[in-house]
Amino acid sequence: MWIVWKRYFIYWPEKQNVASNVKQLFIFIQKEFKHVFRDRKTLLMLFGMPTTQIILFGFALTNEIKNSEVAVLDAAKTELSQSIIQTIDASTYFDVRYHIQNTKQAETLFQKGKIKAVVVIPVEFKEAAFAQQPNDIQLITDASDPNVSTTIRNYLTTILNSFFAEKNKQAASMQIVPEVRMLYNPELKGAFNFVPGVISLVLMLVCTMMSSVSIVREKEMGTMEILLVSPFKPLYIIISKLAPYFLISIFNLVFILVLSVTLLGLSIKGSVLLLVLASALFIITSLAIGLLISTTAKSQQNAMMISLLGMMLPTMLLTGFMFPIENMPLGLQMLSNIVPSRWFFIIIKNVMLKGLGFMHVWKEMGILTLMAFLLLVVSIRKFKIRLQE
Amino acid sequence: MIEVNNIVKTYNKGKVKALNGISFSVGKGEVLGLIGPDGAGKTSLFRILTTLLLPDSGEAQVNNFHVVTNFNDIRTCVGYMPGRFSLYLDLTVEENLHFFATVFNTTIEENYHLIKDIYEQLQPFKERKAGKLSGGMKQKLALCCALIHKPAVLFLDEPTTGVDVVSRKEFWQMLGRLKEQGLTILVSTPYMDEALLCDRIAFMHKGDILSINTPKEILASFHRELFAIKTTKTFQLLNALRSLPDTYTCFAFGESIHWVPKIHTTPSALQSIIQALDENATLEKINPTLEDCFIDLLNQPNASSN
Amino acid sequence: MQAVIEARELTKSFGSFIAANKLTFDVMPGEIFGFLGANGAGKTTAMRMLCGLSIPTSGEARIAGFDVYTQTEKIKQNIGYMSQKFSLYEDLTVKENIRFYGGIYGLKIPQIKKKTDELLHELQLTQEADKLVRELPLGWKQKLSFSVALVHDPKIVFLDEPTGGVDPITRRQFWDLIYYATSKGITVFVTTHYMDEAEYCNRVSIMVDGVIEALDKPSVLKQKFNVDSMEEVFYLLARKAKRSE
Repeated sequence: MWIVWKRYFIYWPEKQNVASNVKQLFIFIQKEFKHVFRDRKTLLMLFGMPTTQIILFGFALTNEIKNSEVAVLDAAKTELSQSIIQTIDASTYFDVRYHIQNTKQAETLFQKGKIKAVVVIPVEFKEAAFAQQPNDIQLITDASDPNVSTTIRNYLTTILNSFFAEKNKQAASMQIVPEVRMLYNPELKGAFNFVPGVISLVLMLVCTMMSSVSIVREKEMGTMEILLVSPFKPLYIIISKLAPYFLISIFNLVFILVLSVTLLGLSIKGSVLLLVLASALFIITSLAIGLLISTTAKSQQNAMMISLLGMMLPTMLLTGFMFPIENMPLGLQMLSNIVPSRWFFIIIKNVMLKGLGFMHVWKEMGILTLMAFLLLVVSIRKFKIRLQE
Repeated sequence: MIEVNNIVKTYNKGKVKALNGISFSVGKGEVLGLIGPDGAGKTSLFRILTTLLLPDSGEAQVNNFHVVTNFNDIRTCVGYMPGRFSLYLDLTVEENLHFFATVFNTTIEENYHLIKDIYEQLQPFKERKAGKLSGGMKQKLALCCALIHKPAVLFLDEPTTGVDVVSRKEFWQMLGRLKEQGLTILVSTPYMDEALLCDRIAFMHKGDILSINTPKEILASFHRELFAIKTTKTFQLLNALRSLPDTYTCFAFGESIHWVPKIHTTPSALQSIIQALDENATLEKINPTLEDCFIDLLNQPNASSN
Repeated sequence: MQAVIEARELTKSFGSFIAANKLTFDVMPGEIFGFLGANGAGKTTAMRMLCGLSIPTSGEARIAGFDVYTQTEKIKQNIGYMSQKFSLYEDLTVKENIRFYGGIYGLKIPQIKKKTDELLHELQLTQEADKLVRELPLGWKQKLSFSVALVHDPKIVFLDEPTGGVDPITRRQFWDLIYYATSKGITVFVTTHYMDEAEYCNRVSIMVDGVIEALDKPSVLKQKFNVDSMEEVFYLLARKAKRSE
């Protein structure tokens, strides 16, 4: 088997001259780009999809809690409590609409759907001993939509935290902050968490779906037969089929990042180089999966179905950007380990949003490298140098 | 140039037999036509010879290269036109040709003389996408693409299926010119009239070659007496003839009925048999066509037993 | 006798392109009418209009007495259609296919039952009744597909290149079925690329660039052009064609 493998794939150019091989590859890749650019639907998917996703996810999410109306129950009525309320009101996310006197009023406001949260500043707040603890302030949220309620609670907590941090600069180091997530997102932009998700999704879609469909199309058209009967080596066919999608994906990645920076105001914290490197790894993994799909899919629709059901769904569900993996049943958690985008998601989140360096993501990078390598080997070996029966 | 020795090919783990051990050879500059219905094994044979499929057993060589072990060498020296015209429909005529030339490690200029005749007809449309060409034009372009690297052997799998008569005629004229240049051609076709243009033809049926010979020899090997009957009531006469015990075969052939009687007797005796069934019918002894020969071969017991 | 297909200056244009130009012809009941033409000559366009699938740009046509502009539903009940591309459900059995098409054309259950038995018997497919269509040889599929097109006893059956890729005996068996159908008074309207099949037809028309260039009995056409086969007649006419697909 190994001999066969060596003979057909590692058939390096000593027999032919390198220049003509490079030229062949170049023409082939050029042809592939023509296919992409002459198909409006493909183009629309390539660039329309990331744009709409970025815009939709980004704005839908921030709008969700923008100018949420809240009530305050200020039992302390001190200067400090007044300035806390002012800070909350001043943020773009909250509008202090009601000043209430007791929790009963809060209940009616909740029931009428007038407010999303109540901030309760207890009488004890007057006493200096408690005054430095933001946790003394009680937050009541409307949990009928748990996602919104959690986000609001988190945002309020963060506002309070930074208020006290500002207030007691010296004591800040002593402070225990329960919410880690917000630290790396001080402007409270929820959209940012979705940028890594969108990147994973788009890259997955472009690489896996488009590459598998384009290979299967050649089989359907019968051109694959001619290519196989030509002296052009099967390995080169693979390279030429995958290279354009690699380049397009890199372009797409840059496109998404630029969109996020310009439209959503995201700032990339970590090294862009590391980001691109990790993405390249993920792209190769996805391309290998696309190649693998193309070896089994019988038609273009078939390839599309396998890519969508087999890759899109796990990417959306098991990557962690829609549903936190920690909250999943153990079985799904285990399953999520074999989804490449899960690791990719961690890497870009860490690099892009937290600004962490290679030392903090090497493990994930290693896993992704291993996956890319294994998938490439398997898919190239499965790629038929003859026709399937 | 092509040597095929006892090639067997099955699909689905032996359940479907595509080729039951066929053998033949094709000399340099010869045109061999494979004639047979879908499922006769023509495409399987093409794919084995172009190294796209592995035979279950048997040996085959193309241009002195073994189809299994030396497949890389075969892939440099054959031209192949698969069943449907395999072109990139979203590329223009010129782009298609340029692409295939490059893949086969050559340039259009280098071998332009080979395709000149054909390509000149395509020249006015060279900026047009292949998908917008007519069937006949696509076929010509596909042939150009298969010829551009100056192959020694050309494999054409049903190049004229679905193409109208005019394009088919032109196509065969082109093949004639290629043959003059010394190209060896293996071509399959469902059209009997095209078979006459081959040097030799092989009738294929259900994975076997029923007969392989020159068209002349095949026609000469038809040993029965064949009569053409003209009538206005074709259907009624066909049925009446079939119920006759003296009838060996009878089939509608264009405007007449081709009748092969079992008995040898005088034409006037036969005439009276026919006129008893249909008084307006006329009978004439004729020479067989290739199609008569194929039908005769199909009717032989060893052919239908498979 | 009343013609079963009457076309008068039937025209279909797409923008400035005239796909079918003033087609005028009659087809009589029980006739086998061959409708020939080079690729792109406008055969498919014409056939679609006659089947009530496409509204003509101008001209008149009556199919089984019904108008192609206003009575397309009536037309559909009175015609059968078979093409090599469209035919049967491969993953249904022979019986299920017949039952399905019978149902589509509004046959009652006892009728379907009777028809199924008749068809299976005629085609000698009784043994294969419960086999999936996929498992049948191509020739049988074509014959079955033809019979299914006749399941509702239409007056006319349209055959769009019905017999590709089968051996000469199977092809003739198919033509036997066609003859049998016409003996029962059904009109057959057929397109084909096999010119020898054109000779089986009672009359043929040859379309070139959207226009019917010739229409007559094969023997008359051959005489007129002074050639031996329909193939040569076709070649002489279609050679002049300027447009293609």
